[in-house]
Amino acid sequence: MNVVAKPKIAKNVWNYLLLSVLALVVLAPFFIGLWTSFLPTMQIAKGNFLSTDLSFQNYVDAFTQTPILHYLGNSLVISTVTMFAQLLFCSMSAYAFVFLDFKYKRSLFVLVLATMMLPFEAEIIPNFSTVKAMGLLNSYSVMIIPFLTSAFGIFMLRQSFKQMPAELKEAADIEGLGHLQFYWRIVMPYNRISLITLGAYSFLGAWNQYLWPMLTTFSNSFRPVQNGLRQLQSEETFNDWGMIQATAAIVVIPTLIVLFVGQHYFKSGANEGAVK
Amino acid sequence: MSITLNNVRKDYDSETEVLKDISVEVETGEFFVIVGPSGCGKSNLLRMIAGLTPITAGEVKIDDTVVNDLPPKARKLTMVFQNYALFPFLSVWDNVAFGLKARKLAPDDINARVKEALKMVNLTTLAKRKPRELSGGQRQRVALARAVASDAKICLMDEPLSNLDAQLRIKMRQEIYALQRKLGLTLIYVTHDQVEAMTMADHIMVLNDRHVQQIGTPSEIYQNPKNAFVAKFFGTPQINILPATRSADNNHMINVSSDLQIILSEEVPAEKLQIGIRPDDMQIRLAEGVDGNAVVKNTEFLGDETIVYATLNSGNDIHVVMTGKVDFRNYEPIKVTANSNLMFFDANGKRIDISKEAYVHA
Repeated sequence: MNVVAKPKIAKNVWNYLLLSVLALVVLAPFFIGLWTSFLPTMQIAKGNFLSTDLSFQNYVDAFTQTPILHYLGNSLVISTVTMFAQLLFCSMSAYAFVFLDFKYKRSLFVLVLATMMLPFEAEIIPNFSTVKAMGLLNSYSVMIIPFLTSAFGIFMLRQSFKQMPAELKEAADIEGLGHLQFYWRIVMPYNRISLITLGAYSFLGAWNQYLWPMLTTFSNSFRPVQNGLRQLQSEETFNDWGMIQATAAIVVIPTLIVLFVGQHYFKSGANEGAVK
Repeated sequence: MSITLNNVRKDYDSETEVLKDISVEVETGEFFVIVGPSGCGKSNLLRMIAGLTPITAGEVKIDDTVVNDLPPKARKLTMVFQNYALFPFLSVWDNVAFGLKARKLAPDDINARVKEALKMVNLTTLAKRKPRELSGGQRQRVALARAVASDAKICLMDEPLSNLDAQLRIKMRQEIYALQRKLGLTLIYVTHDQVEAMTMADHIMVLNDRHVQQIGTPSEIYQNPKNAFVAKFFGTPQINILPATRSADNNHMINVSSDLQIILSEEVPAEKLQIGIRPDDMQIRLAEGVDGNAVVKNTEFLGDETIVYATLNSGNDIHVVMTGKVDFRNYEPIKVTANSNLMFFDANGKRIDISKEAYVHA
């Protein structure tokens, strides 16, 4: 037993050593950013990164001296509404593409997919003139309405719905469930893993938006965090790097929460037992 | 509730015909088994009775009402699927209660029914578990409980036992049979397993090649098959079907091989025919001198019986079941004889009626 175990341990040591080095390389910028957020700006300016003069002062300053709380609130509203809208509309379209029979179903789906081929940047000018004509500039709606649904979400949920066993639909038919009931009471809970994935993805997508809000918002009352962060760099704070790092760290927190909470649900085998 | 099918047909498009001219009557409280090889359309037929698949032509009647255009719910039936079709996100209790809730029964009524159904399939202690925490047999019991809890008097089952191991299958077979009798269900049961059909059915419908081959009680089907397919489908090991011809110089005589001849009191109705002999209706003894008409290929000892595989001199393979242990060595010449329990089929496999009294062995 021992003879076999030894080379295995050695191999493990090497594996973990290599993984640790790679993890360090990837995580270093993040940790440096976090570390500097606790340092006074004077120390950062002097290049004294190893100072032990740590405090939460930067965070206190960020909350008291800048509109960061307001930015966070804006982002929270936009991201949450976008997430729920995408979950609802993507799942409904995906349901139609999987469980309903209608003319031109295939062609319509190809059309939806085709919009995925076009990068958002390419649509920005027509989109901008549309929302401008609708008088939506500088509002929450301008950052939500264009993202109410997504081709990616429809595609992803359609794949997931298609993998449901046909017998579940038949069992529902026998119990007399209509389309809405089947959608809400069976399809949604059955595909909750995919829905959570899409929810996390769309929330973070909305949270990390930068280009579109930059073009369509001009006031702090509607500006989301990523653009707010940029704003902090340019005005009020001048070059208070410690505080900017602190706000950046605050902005990252929701992303981390979503990922950690999400991870809990990404366990496999949740649908085991439906069919043999 | 009784179910009647009149000339039911199903085509998927003008070229592919799935089922043709299915007519059958299933009586109230009957255990009716549809059996056939895979791909014969039996599951399709079940789905047509359930209303999950529309029929192309013909008539489906439940209790003398034509239900062709009624949705599955209005047909008041339940269905048990081969792969159970449980809702993985609901507990056992909620799985059983699901259909009752969907039909908007009173909560008290639902509670009582679910409790009773779970008791009947011995799952009371597992009511709070999720399907993934159950074994295959327990999952199948949940699916059964779902059917039991419903007040529907028609239950359709689509190969409900084919995912279980052999031991469990026998146990569940008995449980299903007992439940059906106890609840007085009209049960239509689809299977490809002839043993399940023989052991449980009041009536069996044999389906093959888009057509109904035969409908009858298990013993009718075994003893009086209408054609060679039905004869081959029932009974293990399979019946021996041997090609035979009318003798050229005596049209009362059938030659099975040069050494096996049958003389009829009436004229042999066709020039070419097939003879069916069940493996336990044949005898074997060692050849004496040169009177052997076959050679042993292999023997299988099963404890209470032995199956002997042999090749007749004419080149046809046969198998014979002998009780107890029989010692034949491979390549040993033997003499095969058949007793009077013979079946005659024409060249297309259709049964030819020749009464037992009408033939004598040569």
